[in-house]
Amino acid sequence: MYSFEPSDEQKMLIDAVSRYATSDLRKAAHDAEESKELPPKLISKGWELGVLQASIPEAYGGFGERSALTSALAAEELAFGDLAGALAVGTPGLFALPVLLAGSEEQKKQYLPSIIEADWKPYTAALIESSFDFDPNDMKTVAKAEGSDYILTGEKTFVPYADKAEAMIVYARLKKETKAFIVPKGAAGLKVGQEREKYMGLNAIPFFKVTLEEVKVPKANLLAGNFAPVLDASRVAVAAMAVGVAKAAFAYSRDYAKDRDVFGVKVAQKQAIAFMLAEMATEIEAIRLLVWEAAWAIDNKKEDASQRAYLAVTGAIDMAMMVTDRAVQILGGHGYIREHPVELWMRNGRGFATFTGLAMV
Amino acid sequence: MIDFEIPEKIAGTRLVVETVAVNMMRPVSRYFDEHEHEIPWDYINFMHTATRAMGGASMAPSEGKKEGPRFGFQRLAVMVEVLSWGDAGIYLDTPGGMLGSAAVSATGSPEQKERFLKRFRGETPVFDAMCMTEPQCGSDTSAIRTTAVLDKEKKEWVLNGEKIFVTAGHKAMLDSEGFIVVWATIDTSAGRAGMRPFVVEAKTPGCQVTKMEHKLGIRASDTVSIVLQDCRVPFDNILGSPEVVSDKATTGFKGAMATFDATRPIVAAQAIGLARATLELLKEMLTERGVTIRYGLPRQKLTSIEKDVIEMEIQLRSAWWLVLKAVWMMDNGKPNSLESSMSKVRAGDVVNRITQKAVEIMGPIGYSREFLLEKWFRDAKISDIYEGTGQINRLVVARQILGYRSSELR
Repeated sequence: MYSFEPSDEQKMLIDAVSRYATSDLRKAAHDAEESKELPPKLISKGWELGVLQASIPEAYGGFGERSALTSALAAEELAFGDLAGALAVGTPGLFALPVLLAGSEEQKKQYLPSIIEADWKPYTAALIESSFDFDPNDMKTVAKAEGSDYILTGEKTFVPYADKAEAMIVYARLKKETKAFIVPKGAAGLKVGQEREKYMGLNAIPFFKVTLEEVKVPKANLLAGNFAPVLDASRVAVAAMAVGVAKAAFAYSRDYAKDRDVFGVKVAQKQAIAFMLAEMATEIEAIRLLVWEAAWAIDNKKEDASQRAYLAVTGAIDMAMMVTDRAVQILGGHGYIREHPVELWMRNGRGFATFTGLAMV
Repeated sequence: MIDFEIPEKIAGTRLVVETVAVNMMRPVSRYFDEHEHEIPWDYINFMHTATRAMGGASMAPSEGKKEGPRFGFQRLAVMVEVLSWGDAGIYLDTPGGMLGSAAVSATGSPEQKERFLKRFRGETPVFDAMCMTEPQCGSDTSAIRTTAVLDKEKKEWVLNGEKIFVTAGHKAMLDSEGFIVVWATIDTSAGRAGMRPFVVEAKTPGCQVTKMEHKLGIRASDTVSIVLQDCRVPFDNILGSPEVVSDKATTGFKGAMATFDATRPIVAAQAIGLARATLELLKEMLTERGVTIRYGLPRQKLTSIEKDVIEMEIQLRSAWWLVLKAVWMMDNGKPNSLESSMSKVRAGDVVNRITQKAVEIMGPIGYSREFLLEKWFRDAKISDIYEGTGQINRLVVARQILGYRSSELR
């Protein structure tokens, strides 16, 4: 039966996450971006909200059951506060959720409790490769079986917290399929870049190149399950966060337009601006429902969940660019100045085309 | 609890309506496009008999039961989507309550509802229509010049004016014992506060259908002009209060707007049905020609056609969810002015983008009258015009999100 209203439980979570996002993440966002660092206390506080923990069953140290929809609602709220903060808080999920989704019972028992029951620790994942047509289903990083091991070779980019990670998941092509492999800290042949990578946005998060020169991992480190649900989970997460960032940009530019005078009226009283805002709001709401639908399809094990997740993220990529670009435009010259957050959101907005792999629900 | 599953009850109805769309609409789509002003009586009679057999008088949501979840507007949106998928023009010839009844339902008293709506339950199909637009005003409904003057002695309203672009007006007034809902002012100095809807029944003296338009699309649906010349209707034919409430209160106008909250998502659903028909046919035609759409690839690896089709699918799906959310809110008694107008903005955009792109992609095949793509391209345009143009609906959305009154955002 159709319904577009979150459950009471979900509403409570959204409220809690929303408080943190607006009073903590948002306030820290500007300085974090400029100083290229998120305060560790800020991340811990976000971690203690328990969004990831609630996705992990008790048997593995958590206190809930995974719901892509609930997590997507939370992801949207977090990203409304600040995208970098949202991604940082969720980084351990890049490791834990693939284990939950594609790992064996043994692997879940071995890895999940130590992540979930502890303080925030940098567990991470390496998915993205540096090519213009990077395709998660057709990786250049390869895995080969050799005796009781897999040998991983390739180069990854955009790996958050790779320098301090306790362990990371590396995605590689095994025969013709993308598979996830657990690579422990300090594995021979695993090289984390000396310098942090520099990107247009997300400067508050340390990203690294990771090179795998015939890294040997035991066969037990392969997550045998399918890659598709893992990719879907990331696409939905990224799409939900795109909605969050777009909502932030929309709200800010709307408030600005209502406040600023022009030709004797408020900027927002000009149809040229009012219509831009109307279209932004409509676009956000439409794509938001598409994201919810995809998350719902995952939770309800719909056959075409992957396709829905793909449509959601593809729609979200364009929506986020459109909305964040217009937010800057509405602020005019002020939008271009880094004192206002809209230029940061615009940089975020373009990034969603590339961010799949940096978030999971 | 968020849920995207179609309710079982609606799914059943949908299946039935789909059979009608496939068997009774599609085969005659081209014929009625090329024979403007002919009436598809087979479809009309079938729909009338079928709705009667199912116990309903019209497709409009009934006031019926109060307990349990309500689906009326959701069901209506789903039905309209499917019928419009069948044929957007013929769908507009569906007998039973449409826009006129929606106004009666939204603003009429229980007695009025009984009096005006019971005709849809009779032996023969009956139509209604909404008369808003006038030669000198369209979107700016506060500029309506049609007047309603109360003859206190005879307890009658005397209507004078001209209405144009009345959808199904011919069928409501000449082809059946239906009615029109005429928007008129009871106080020309009061602006919007003086606006009221009046029910004018078929055969009322002084009410004349004067012109049938020739249109770009939806040719199976008649669009007429109606002249009211000292047209007298009983006092009780006014919907809403007969008093002009002073102090800038705009009850009458708000009545119209409340009607729009209900009808805009339905018109949006119509756009979606047409858009879905187009996308499905386009994909079919492409498949026949050896083109398959590879979902899941990064854009950089997609062909231009694949990108277009995937984009269309995103547009279509997301627009449909907006429509469903708007009607779901309606069913659940949640104020939905914003969502209602959003759904109309989006659906109007989407159906035009999809039909225009489909004709472009298929080249001469798209442009050919041997196939339906070109017809749908023409049918689509009206969705961004009637029931509030895309621009008017943007204005409504903008006022809502900005918290502006109409005087603050003109």
